[in-house]
Amino acid sequence: MAVTIEAEAPEAKKASVHHPVARIALIGNPNSGKTSLFNQLTGLNQKVGNFPGVTVDKKTGLSQLTPQLKAQIIDLPGSYSLYPKSLDERVIIDLLYDPASKHSPDLVIVTADASNLKRNLLLFTQLADLRIPAVLALNMMDVAETEGVKIDIEVLQRELGVPVIPMNARKGVGIAALKIVMSQQLAPTNTPFFDVPADLKPLVAQIRERFSLRNDYLALHYAHQYKNLRFLSEQDKAWIAQLLEAAEFKSNTAQANETVARYVRINEILLDAVRVNKAKEEEKFSNKLDQILTHRVFGYLIFLGLLFLVFQAVFAWASYPMDLIDEGIAALNGLIQENFSGPLINLLTEGVIAGLGGVLIFIPQIAILFAFIAILEETGYMARVTFMMDKIMRKFGLNGKSVVPLISGVACAVPAVMSARTIENWKDRMITIFVTPLMSCSARIPVYTVLIALVVPEVYYFGFLNLQGIVLMGLYLLGFVSAIFSALLLKVVLKARERSYFIMEFPVYRMPRWKNVGLTIFEKSRTFVLEAGKIIVAVSIILWVLASYGPGDSFERAEERAVAEAEVKGFNEMQTDNLISAYQLESSYAGKFGQAIEPAISPLGYDWKIGIALLTSFAAREVFVGTISTIYSIGEEENVSTIKDKLMSEKDADGNPFFTPARAFSLLIFYAFAMQCISTLAIVRRETKSWTWPLAQLVYMTGLAYVSAFAVFQLMS
Amino acid sequence: MRNRIQESQQQKSVRDLKIGESGEIASLNDPEMALKLLEMGCIPGTPVKLSSKAPFGDPVTIIVNDYTLSLRLDEAETILLK
Repeated sequence: MAVTIEAEAPEAKKASVHHPVARIALIGNPNSGKTSLFNQLTGLNQKVGNFPGVTVDKKTGLSQLTPQLKAQIIDLPGSYSLYPKSLDERVIIDLLYDPASKHSPDLVIVTADASNLKRNLLLFTQLADLRIPAVLALNMMDVAETEGVKIDIEVLQRELGVPVIPMNARKGVGIAALKIVMSQQLAPTNTPFFDVPADLKPLVAQIRERFSLRNDYLALHYAHQYKNLRFLSEQDKAWIAQLLEAAEFKSNTAQANETVARYVRINEILLDAVRVNKAKEEEKFSNKLDQILTHRVFGYLIFLGLLFLVFQAVFAWASYPMDLIDEGIAALNGLIQENFSGPLINLLTEGVIAGLGGVLIFIPQIAILFAFIAILEETGYMARVTFMMDKIMRKFGLNGKSVVPLISGVACAVPAVMSARTIENWKDRMITIFVTPLMSCSARIPVYTVLIALVVPEVYYFGFLNLQGIVLMGLYLLGFVSAIFSALLLKVVLKARERSYFIMEFPVYRMPRWKNVGLTIFEKSRTFVLEAGKIIVAVSIILWVLASYGPGDSFERAEERAVAEAEVKGFNEMQTDNLISAYQLESSYAGKFGQAIEPAISPLGYDWKIGIALLTSFAAREVFVGTISTIYSIGEEENVSTIKDKLMSEKDADGNPFFTPARAFSLLIFYAFAMQCISTLAIVRRETKSWTWPLAQLVYMTGLAYVSAFAVFQLMS
Repeated sequence: MRNRIQESQQQKSVRDLKIGESGEIASLNDPEMALKLLEMGCIPGTPVKLSSKAPFGDPVTIIVNDYTLSLRLDEAETILLK
């Protein structure tokens, strides 16, 4: 395949800068098969990083083009044009326009959906006018063919002036041809698609000269987008602003005129290159399906049914691998403790390995949840959910797209917060991130289970409605309701930075691409382990130290006290050991902390023992159960009924049961609301690029928890 | 005809279409929204058909250039018809 497209000499210079490894950017409309193509080109050779300054995933990967030649492929966010409408899309202009950028590509591959070529070519013509060497990857040829769209590749190639590769990225068709073209030294097209209007020429010439830009169209983009170009200095921006004002430059009008002019040109090209013989009524399959799936009754019923299935899978099916992980960690710790001993071994088993176990145990739930979400997104169903929920969610300051983060929040807030990235609107996204941790995540379940078993009798109504189950469901509902109303509150408080759009392509239904589903599961699990995991392990180690050491010789004295008391009571060896652990925890730094905060938490009905558990819960909420077991000297056995019996026999100063319904419900409410997850705070900080949001969450949620728990305790006791 | 700002309130917009009904785009009356709509192919002169409505009547889906777009009612309102 010989590609000989000549370019003007001075302009080709900039484009053919040699790098040791060619840098190739993938760019295209959303749903044009860009991700499939990226996966085909790079396989598992992918790295996910961040673009500087924004929270947009930067996916890069290496591709072996020929046995001798490798290329670095960078996957850019899907976009409809070079005039970005969302923060995500701004990454593209930063990358393409910054002459000094490390990432400025040698070649762009524009992916286009062959069945919808007209709209897909808009972005292509803009890139071509920037005179960046480009290849058009004409994707989804199979879909186009079944829809009766016939494309004359030769004509299209001649009209566009760049290589056009027909392909089907899902099946890998055309990848080899694309790689060959990619390996060649390509020059930009000679065909202009849009001429800068005469009235803008003087303005454009001045900008072009000042920044020594390679062409007029790039200079025009400086005029439109100088405010968003991060590499321009304040001085440069002020200069452009002044120039534009003097010339009475109207960005909106100029952009609109440009887009219309481009479509006129594209229509001319397509007139020659594309013939459509539509079997009109045949492709309405998606529409028919929509009549059921977005029906005002069945639509919601089906969605609820799917949600039920997802939760069933996350909670019931995931319990088998979770038990295995739990047992595996316990067995490993047992094995190590049997054969070695010493403080370092304790640190390893009770700090590091226990902390790792606390991370690994959530992987099955996260993997299963994201498998479902990926499948629903791949098939196009998620777009329908967004569509059905938008009006309801909007009333609360959210957005149809907030549904995915909120659902994910039931498994774990960390990947849930990250999935809010698809929300383009800044305000909607911040509100979604802020309220997502209020959804009851799976780390709260062990806490709920123990406390509910303690104070809610196992009564059945109508033979099948279990009262304990109803209370548990009520707590989930409470989480959801508090999330929704907190969103409403923020809707009033926050100012919008930009208008909220909902204009989006409604994808047709199709079979999920299993490779993409697999990659999503892998990626989400990996991010969870790396992002949340390192913090959970670190905090576990710190808390282990705080709980295992006390000031001065307090530990020895605690042991002596316990041994003396055990002798009086005639305890056996295990009971004595449990009592020693309990007394040692009491006199540890963590114990001191619990005692120090007791005045603050006693209005909620808590004593210093619960204070210790509140502290240790900061690594992960489920640590509550383990801490309670130790402090009430229950020992290693974390069996709900053992814990329950022991806690029930706990007496307060007057000899009455300590865990009254008032105390237990106060605790339940506290755990439902409080921000006790350092991993979530860290991820919110990363996603929002500021400490304001995580701190606001910490204060708001913990404040809400405190006030609500206080009210519950005071009203019930 | 390009991006002309229309003041008339009586002019029919995509919002007024019934499900299955078609019209031809005359102009877009919100300059900012227009940029997004134009990019998505809602060019004056293009036929547009209201395909479906969400359960509460908002958002809606329209068919332009043989593909389906979803948008809110207040966005649909800015697409004026001939």
